[in-house]
Amino acid sequence: MGAGERGLAPEAHCLAALRSTRLIARLDIKGPNLIKGIHLEGLRVIGSPNEHALRYYQQGADELIYMDCVASLYGRNSLREIVEAAAQDVFVPMTVGGGIRSVDDATDLLRSGADKVAVNTAAVANPELISDIARRFGSQCMVLSIEAKQIGPARWEVYTENGRERSGKDVIEWVRRGVALGAGEILLTSVDREGTRRGFDIALVRAVTAEVSVPVIASGGMGTAQDLVDVVQQAEADAVAMADILHYRRAAIGDVRQAAQAAGLSVRTYG
Amino acid sequence: MASAPVAVVDYGVGNLLSVRRALEHCGATVAVTADPAVILAAKHVVLPGVGAFANGMTALQRQGLTGAVRQVATGGRLLLGICLGMQMLFDDSMEFGLTAGLGLIAGSVVAVPSIASDGRVQKIPHIGWNSLLLPAGRESWNGTLMQDLRPGDAAYFVHSFMANPVDPRHRIADCHYGGIPVAAVVGRDNVLGCQFHPEKSGQAGLSVLRRFLRM
Repeated sequence: MGAGERGLAPEAHCLAALRSTRLIARLDIKGPNLIKGIHLEGLRVIGSPNEHALRYYQQGADELIYMDCVASLYGRNSLREIVEAAAQDVFVPMTVGGGIRSVDDATDLLRSGADKVAVNTAAVANPELISDIARRFGSQCMVLSIEAKQIGPARWEVYTENGRERSGKDVIEWVRRGVALGAGEILLTSVDREGTRRGFDIALVRAVTAEVSVPVIASGGMGTAQDLVDVVQQAEADAVAMADILHYRRAAIGDVRQAAQAAGLSVRTYG
Repeated sequence: MASAPVAVVDYGVGNLLSVRRALEHCGATVAVTADPAVILAAKHVVLPGVGAFANGMTALQRQGLTGAVRQVATGGRLLLGICLGMQMLFDDSMEFGLTAGLGLIAGSVVAVPSIASDGRVQKIPHIGWNSLLLPAGRESWNGTLMQDLRPGDAAYFVHSFMANPVDPRHRIADCHYGGIPVAAVVGRDNVLGCQFHPEKSGQAGLSVLRRFLRM
């Protein structure tokens, strides 16, 4: 665990090559709606979360991420019912985040059909929450969600409240601490790239994957399937979260899977 | 398709909602239950489970369900263990000290090796999608739980320990983790198990559950 494992360059490379890159559909939720913003702001309603979730599941998404983007702001979580409904016809792993403040909140979502919980704001305020959730349900259930904004050359700051509030924390230091506390996976969202279709922040993802050995999901900025190939090949992302590209039907997951395969990436055999 | 309710054994371990929903999706009527009478009345019984082996066995015993699950197996009704539920079908496990299992399939549960076949360190637990393969010596999946799948189809795994059946014929499907064969589906007559989560493995997982319900 921890720093350096990916520093063993050739071995780490082969290790990464053995595992399939996971193609994840990310659904940002506000109240009852699926929404999409740019830089996590200017949220636009896309439609019904579960209609889209079902479509992505049927297209062969490896996992789904549900993120309630105003939960921290209002101190509540509207995701429980949405996830419970999704569990009716979506049979791939689901990660749920937004407004999780306690082990009880996590318990509630896991009982509603979630497989993992993603925590950002409450973990920044109380890092012990990471350990509490990991001890209770296992590290594989505890996803540390990080919203990163670049503040200088190779320097990123952790934001909370869905990209609205600065925390003063350095992303690399926080990721190291989060994994030491028991986070089993990192959902890494670039606020700068989110919703822009300009590609992932490769330098950010590379800086994080070089630091920790747990899987890292790159999120924010996917404009084309080539962006996915780049972030896996150049930054060793273990998984990629897609939103805009799917919601606006610029590509289906099958197209992305084919493009990834054609570029030589290992992805799940599907269909 | 099964018309009598499928009993999902509820012994306080794990998220049963997804298992229930997946079985319902496959056309089953489901009773999530800790009542031995309901379990013994069912034609199909599912033993789910996540977490540590010893906790699982203790919880099953504390609920007074060990006998009922054994009777399902010896009475010839269909029993499907999932993840920890599959491991508990075996004789014993080395997880946190030697603990006796249900003894329905001969073999032991041991740690997934943290060193791959080529000597490299690999991540434990084994989490994620992995391809299902024919074990050495098996020609096909005809007549098994895996009948509707093709070698190479992927399923979703989350586990740190793995079962080693004594009799290779009890090994229905494997996956490879770091070049090491891991038992993914096991079966001895009416006693069946999958190490992966069929309720989280998309169409492949649902095919396994549908086949179970038709057996």
